[in-house]
Amino acid sequence: MVQLDFGAVLAEWPMLLRGVAMTSALTAVSATLGLALGVGGAWARSAGPAWLKAVVGLYVELIRNTPFIVQLFFVFFGLPGLGVKLTPELASTIAMVVNLGAYATEIVRAGVEATPRGQVEAAQSLALTPTQVFLRVVLPPSLRRVWPAITSQIIIVMLGSAVCGQIATQELSYAANVIQSRNFRAFEACIVAAGLYLLLAVALRHVLNRLGPRLLFGGR
Amino acid sequence: MVDFSLWDILRNLLLAARWTVALSLTAFVGGGLVGLALLIVRIAGVKGARQGVALYVQLFQGTPLLMQLFLAYFGLALLGADVPAWVAAALALTLYTSAYLTEIWRGCVEAIPRGQWEASSSLALALGEQLRHVILPQALRLAVPPTVGFAVQVVKGTALASVIGFIELTKAGTMITNATFRPFTVYACVAMMYFALCFPLSAWSRSLERSLRRVR
Repeated sequence: MVQLDFGAVLAEWPMLLRGVAMTSALTAVSATLGLALGVGGAWARSAGPAWLKAVVGLYVELIRNTPFIVQLFFVFFGLPGLGVKLTPELASTIAMVVNLGAYATEIVRAGVEATPRGQVEAAQSLALTPTQVFLRVVLPPSLRRVWPAITSQIIIVMLGSAVCGQIATQELSYAANVIQSRNFRAFEACIVAAGLYLLLAVALRHVLNRLGPRLLFGGR
Repeated sequence: MVDFSLWDILRNLLLAARWTVALSLTAFVGGGLVGLALLIVRIAGVKGARQGVALYVQLFQGTPLLMQLFLAYFGLALLGADVPAWVAAALALTLYTSAYLTEIWRGCVEAIPRGQWEASSSLALALGEQLRHVILPQALRLAVPPTVGFAVQVVKGTALASVIGFIELTKAGTMITNATFRPFTVYACVAMMYFALCFPLSAWSRSLERSLRRVR
């Protein structure tokens, strides 16, 4: 008969809490910067010069067709070969931003392309500069259109950040690893960590559903 | 001291890539079968099946694949089964794939107009006949592009099996790095191989989607 002992895992709650805090912090920073990168990428792909379009296209395809863990290892283990030394936290953040940026570029671009032509023409006839047209007329409704997809992608990146424990970033899955090495309750530690990730995912969806309209496209 | 040339690195990575392909195929076929079974249980309206499958999907989509792999690995060990890493990886990836595919396919079946169900049931077709002759042929057309697209996620997901010690492309990359101390080159090669596996699938999925849109 299998004996499960969750008490031994839950007794380490301060460590779990720190893990949750680190995962949340990584997600918050990379969601903000990744979304900004995605907006920049979407602008480049829809209105940028031809060479920039090609570069962004290559970036998007490269990131979307390779696993996150390989991107992370490349940043953390590969870049020091070029003289760039990174802490685990910084490497994780960079990998997450770059990863989310590629997906966000595609998502935001889909929103931008769905903008009716008349809106752009109307804005141009009011003598707005191209930058103003993009930031004030095209972007807000585009973000509103694709916000559900952005939300899902940010959650996927948050769940993907579990891999960052592999380079000793002290996030939630790393905490679970340390706990199981202390008390050998590997299965229980993973169940508890998975449960916390599930809670984080549900909470994140709620937060983004409320935050997006308030901050980004002025809805109520 | 053995010297590794670039060709040695590539050759060893290519050998390991076979396991990435094998694990991907196992997970995709197994996940497809389990996903189809879940879909049919849900469509057939078995009592509590809709909520049960929805919970299953939520559990797999709301937790990291890495945790699912660990749970399969440690869970099987806890049950007394002394299994190699690839069995645990195949099990976790199969369940993960089934959760996503069943959800994708549900969307495709729900996109079939209600009239098709009503018309076929008014012809006295049983549920199995309805599915086989009327609903699934139409849903299948819709389902192919997103299913191929999800195959890319499966291939990328197999990279996580390296963490529980299964020697596939990523794990081989780590091992070769430890032998050569050339992480930049090795991980760039690893990334290129994943790209070579995934990009054709992505491109195929996109072109399928385009042709589907043209037909409609």
